[in-house]
Amino acid sequence: MPVTKEVLDEIALSRAEYETIVERLGREPNHVELGMFGSLWSEHCGYKHSKPLLRRFPSSGPRVLVTPGEENAGVVDIGGGLAVTMKIESHNHPSAIEPYQGAATGVGGIVRDIFTMGARPIALMNSLRFGPLTEPRNRHLFEGVVGGISGYGNCLGIPNVGGEVVFADCYSENPLVNPMCVGLLHTDGLVSSAAALPGAKLMLVGADTGRDGIHGASGLASRTFEEERELRSAVQVGNPFLEKCLIEACLEIAATDHIVAMQDLGAAGLTSSAMEMVAKGGCGLRIDLSNVPRREQGMTPYEVMLSESQERMLVAVKPGREQAVQAIFDKWDLQSTIIGEVTGDGTARVFDGEILVAEVPIGLLTEPPLYEMDSRKPPWLSRLQEADLSTLPDPPMPWSDVLLKLLASPNIASKESVFRQYDHQVIDNTVIPPGADAALLRIKGTDIGIALATDGNGRYCYLDPFEGGAIAVAEAARNLVCVGALPIAITDGLNFGNPERPDVYYQMERCITGMAAACRALDLPVVSGNVSLYNETRGEAIYPTPIVGALGLMEDVRRGLSPGFKDGGDVVFLLGDLDQDAATLAGSEYLELVHGRVEGRPRIDLERERRVQRLCLDAITAGRLKSAHDCSDGGLAVTLGESCVIGGIGLAGELPESGAEREMDAVLFGEAQSRIVVSVAEGDAGWLADAAKSAEVPLARIGIVGGRDLALGNDLRVTVERMSEAWRGGLSAA
Amino acid sequence: MRFGVVVFPGTWSDRDCHHVLDQVLHQEVDYVWHKDTDLSRYDCIVLPGGFSYGDYLRAGALARFSPVMQSVERFAAQGRLVVGICNGFQVLCEAGLLPGALIRNRHLQFRCQWTNLRAETVETPFTNACRPGQVLRVPIAHGEGCYYADEETLAQLNLNNQVVFRYCDPDGAVTDGANPNGSLENIAGICNRERNVLGMMPHPERCCEEILGGTDGRFIFESIVQSAGVGAR
Repeated sequence: MPVTKEVLDEIALSRAEYETIVERLGREPNHVELGMFGSLWSEHCGYKHSKPLLRRFPSSGPRVLVTPGEENAGVVDIGGGLAVTMKIESHNHPSAIEPYQGAATGVGGIVRDIFTMGARPIALMNSLRFGPLTEPRNRHLFEGVVGGISGYGNCLGIPNVGGEVVFADCYSENPLVNPMCVGLLHTDGLVSSAAALPGAKLMLVGADTGRDGIHGASGLASRTFEEERELRSAVQVGNPFLEKCLIEACLEIAATDHIVAMQDLGAAGLTSSAMEMVAKGGCGLRIDLSNVPRREQGMTPYEVMLSESQERMLVAVKPGREQAVQAIFDKWDLQSTIIGEVTGDGTARVFDGEILVAEVPIGLLTEPPLYEMDSRKPPWLSRLQEADLSTLPDPPMPWSDVLLKLLASPNIASKESVFRQYDHQVIDNTVIPPGADAALLRIKGTDIGIALATDGNGRYCYLDPFEGGAIAVAEAARNLVCVGALPIAITDGLNFGNPERPDVYYQMERCITGMAAACRALDLPVVSGNVSLYNETRGEAIYPTPIVGALGLMEDVRRGLSPGFKDGGDVVFLLGDLDQDAATLAGSEYLELVHGRVEGRPRIDLERERRVQRLCLDAITAGRLKSAHDCSDGGLAVTLGESCVIGGIGLAGELPESGAEREMDAVLFGEAQSRIVVSVAEGDAGWLADAAKSAEVPLARIGIVGGRDLALGNDLRVTVERMSEAWRGGLSAA
Repeated sequence: MRFGVVVFPGTWSDRDCHHVLDQVLHQEVDYVWHKDTDLSRYDCIVLPGGFSYGDYLRAGALARFSPVMQSVERFAAQGRLVVGICNGFQVLCEAGLLPGALIRNRHLQFRCQWTNLRAETVETPFTNACRPGQVLRVPIAHGEGCYYADEETLAQLNLNNQVVFRYCDPDGAVTDGANPNGSLENIAGICNRERNVLGMMPHPERCCEEILGGTDGRFIFESIVQSAGVGAR
């Protein structure tokens, strides 16, 4: 029977892809087989539009014990026999439809990705993007997403140590929800996802299988959507209590030698997890769907294979160890059922009782066609980039009022009202909580700490995808450096529009290339990643938004630094150039908030970036700095203001004479990269000047910590109290 | 002295309590699985924080039926020490070992933040290392921590000096602004009439080391050790 367009649309396969399947299989696939192909060849599972680009990322390095190609995520050595693994997931589309459950199950999924490797999850972060809160729909999405992350994550006992929340028009119908999870494991404790032992039993653990989430991978994550009501059944409902029991049981089992592999059931459910497990192991499988515990009656084999019911794991158990493994699951009151076994012949055979319902060579399923699309720089982008920002009028208000306006902008204002809904302290490791440049966690039993940050500026990437991508990597690393940690690895969450459009593919290609350049310049391997495409509604793509999750290492966690000024009399310096021309207003918060323009061309000099980060890190390691704060969104004035507010103390500053006519808007609010505001005890000012000179980093003395005002000569004066009100109240006033 | 830290499915402060008792206070400590019933070797039982059974139905409502809870009741009746922290407090209330109930925070949101607690009585084995009225800085992390009881129960609690901690400002003033969850009379922790069972919503096990931002939680654990009249192992 010839396949109809409706059937292909349902699983998001093109006619050409269908022809390829028929050709490779030598026959028409049946309904179950077609569903399996649709899922595994979806963008979400198969990365068919992004894989060729992702190869540009460096993924190895001296600390990388396992590269991402080998397992679900790379594993990074942090010393002392310990290693860290981490990954970002996207749950944008489910969250757009049902924000609470969409975000909750996003957290659940990324946590499973980590403990399936035998790593104990020790931290969560979230990078979130929404439309402006002035729209009720956006507020509903924002509150629902934060509620879902809080409701699910807090129940698991994993500290949620921050991330970002950013607002822009382009995310109005399409919020970005990118949760990140970080796991800690012993270097010899990795559990493989490759089932390489024929005869191993395949054990399905956890929740019953229901009809929820069918076509989540192929439909929801792999296309744009206009009529969202139809898709509600594609969003799953989470059970965090079950997940918590799964974490403990699976880690208990991971510590034994009873199993050969473990894999969570995520996108495309049993199909993806089982097929990828044996594909990696070079094996085949035979499963009987009649053994799969069901949540409801009358489910077809197709539905069982594609269900995305949450909180399920697949374990490949060594023959003869089934009872020992089941005893551990029983202890945690978890259901575990043997549904089949690994075979040696490279073919997937799916039975429903006696009936063979699918029979496909594994290699055909897990090797989707890869596409390199047309890439074309859109003409509108050149126009935006060429905008002349030197002719901007000065705003009709004093600079101090501009500063207050920026501090109260939801993108800059304190996110305390969000972070306090997340348990960020459980596990007793949190040294620097959310709200600083990066979070810092101690590793018990050692002196070391790990720092975590997420970053990504969609506006920069929109204006220049290459530079924006590079800046995302550089800034995430800079955030780590500001607390005193050496950046050692990143994970990425790549959010773009429809890659079949040449302008979107251009954004994607340039962003990834820029990120890769920054990774090379800063010696940062990419240990895992996630790609979310088709982020658009009614034909409008989101800003290209790569999110970088960065991991830093600190040999002595007690040296961890927070961004607030500390003591009166300390001297404040800017590492990097003080004077800026109007071009540095490109893509700035100031330019959009005050002038309503998103224009210009952001820039980064990666060599300068490397030197500034090195200097800051050396100074912290030498114990010379009292505070460090990344000079980023909002520019120098906002950075100084935040350091005053967080420290609860003022700054008597002066902009040093430069001799030239100053472009004050650019000096105060320009977002030139590679700059850090630091403070030192008076006696260390000389040391810092020498260090900056030998590091070839410009250094500008801004002033002395103290008093109740932030003052910059005659140009700007405002009380810390007013800044605090603006900054702390900005989000709730939005 | 030997502590037993109870683990229900969904408990998560078990590891933190174990860490503090073992690594910071240098006491003997074991995990007690919720299906175990022999508590004879312990001097103090800790019911830690978490979401036992997912807090489904009501926080603590299912955990109270775990086999270990009958033993905890007997243990308490023998006058031995029981501490319920956060979810453990909720379980103790559900089990009837402490009066009142913990309901949803008045603002309906989960809250993780530092709070100040005023030690209302030092005549308990849990606060005898504190000064009367001492202010302790201890974090909370809960969505259902609003203490509620009827008027007569509140009167009895006050009459018998059973309110152990109230939320206060940094100077020790008990104010609405210092109340993070809407608890009646700012109540953060109470003990039973016999003064051997403590329930508190804040997490003392999160503030026993300088690196984590505070050490006031040690006053509570050190009180317990002190009252048992034994040193470190």
